[in-house]
Amino acid sequence: MSVLDVLKSEMVRVADSQKKQLAPLTDDLVLLNSGLDSLCFAILVASLEDKLGVDPFTERDDVQFPVTLGDFARFYEAAIKVA
Amino acid sequence: MLCDGLRRRHSSRSVIWDVDARIALSDLAFGTSLERDPAELHGKSLLILTGDQLTTALALVELNGVARRLVLCPPDVQPAQVAVLIADAQAEAIVVSARSPYADGALGLPTIRCGLPLAPRANATTGSMDTEWALLTSGTTGPPKMVAHRFDALCAAIDLGPAPVPAPIWSTFYDIRRYGGLQIFLRAIITGGSLVLSRAGEGASDFLTRIAERGVTHISGTPSHWRRALMSAACANFHPQYVRLSGEIADQPILDALSIQFPQASIGHAYASTEAGVAFEVRDGKAGFPAHLVQQSGGDVELEIVDGRLRIRSARTADRYLGRGAAELKDDRGFVRTSDLVERRQDRFFFVGRGDGVVNVGGLKVHPEEVEDVINRHGEVRMSLVKGRRNPITGEIVVADVVLRRNPVEAQHDRDAELRDEIIEMCRESLEAHKVPAMIRFVDALDLSASGKLARRHA
Repeated sequence: MSVLDVLKSEMVRVADSQKKQLAPLTDDLVLLNSGLDSLCFAILVASLEDKLGVDPFTERDDVQFPVTLGDFARFYEAAIKVA
Repeated sequence: MLCDGLRRRHSSRSVIWDVDARIALSDLAFGTSLERDPAELHGKSLLILTGDQLTTALALVELNGVARRLVLCPPDVQPAQVAVLIADAQAEAIVVSARSPYADGALGLPTIRCGLPLAPRANATTGSMDTEWALLTSGTTGPPKMVAHRFDALCAAIDLGPAPVPAPIWSTFYDIRRYGGLQIFLRAIITGGSLVLSRAGEGASDFLTRIAERGVTHISGTPSHWRRALMSAACANFHPQYVRLSGEIADQPILDALSIQFPQASIGHAYASTEAGVAFEVRDGKAGFPAHLVQQSGGDVELEIVDGRLRIRSARTADRYLGRGAAELKDDRGFVRTSDLVERRQDRFFFVGRGDGVVNVGGLKVHPEEVEDVINRHGEVRMSLVKGRRNPITGEIVVADVVLRRNPVEAQHDRDAELRDEIIEMCRESLEAHKVPAMIRFVDALDLSASGKLARRHA
């Protein structure tokens, strides 16, 4: 599974468990319009850390927060490469 | 009124904006938002139980100096808790919004409706009373604790020097009925600035767009608020001069991210709590705080570190807890003993967590015992340990280790996923979303301390 696939399936799982309506997961989806709130993102980042073994939010110094789903996937891909 | 005797020449220019309403505070000299003549409320203890923040703001401005006590109820106060608050605050009336579901007398007390539009004022109210302000903070179990402040203590951290020109336009992600938000409300109106209020349920992008359009110059929020805001493209159009963080540990990544996003802004992180008041603000762009703050004694704010925990004595701390049998808020030397753990590294102290096991999810406190109590109700659960897991978005999230009533050696794991769902569903039914464990791990045993209590490893 690609990073993007893992990300999408985790977003679906978190949205489902938090009873949130998820927007269609396109590459240019603005994360804040995805239907997930802060708590959902917090849970998402924790479960991605368990699944992918990285937490780019904490590990990287040049913290440029991702805006779109595509950015989000690239953010994780870059962190995995470094790890 | 709040403005009387403070800085009338400035506060007359203050404007407060909600999503769909605005009020110039100078209009309150001629009109009132209260359905009764404020003079009738002179010397009374009042519960302010309004749906929205703007109504609370109006009530505070009109009733400070008039009422004996004002209790600010946060938006999540439960109807069942109101009776306790009324008794402990010895409340004599309740200020509610115009569309409040509480009818007059429904809570055993008269209700006074408050809101816009203003009605003509019979006569100018001059407030001369030292009004006590009470804020709510979450307790381990049962109703929240009421923390009483003197008004001058609430304002003691505010710089009353010459007002900047043009006057700042403040905003905050916080609700003004909590300490962090109330500080911003007071700063704005006492120094002649204006204030743009947030609204519950409004998305971060919508809020950022709205405050950018209003030309907000000064803004505060928790690190979690800011992490979320930085994920919004709407940040690009927002150019604050001053960005303040409080309510949670401000780590270096969030401070760095904010200085990259807002290169023109001064960025500060403050340490404050409902009980301890505003202790200090750090503006050097670094996490933690300089060690010399602890060595100073006799200044405005005295800090002590005992057993790694921060203690604070200043004129800005709260007075006491309200209610019969309430605990002492300060020790016999006048220090507020916080549960915040600090650690010294070279010439700075860094916050490393809480000493009482309280988990902080985006500025909202979670007492592990409250969550464990719910988990332990499940028939197949023997015991549980709830704790915080570090998280880059909300600071921490709630996770649980659970011991089941089955023999670990013969354990069948095929029902694990189902059990996990059942426990989470139980939590969801009786707890707020941020308290529900995000992750549950089934373990064979939990450590107990020498005294037989669950061993909680705090930070």
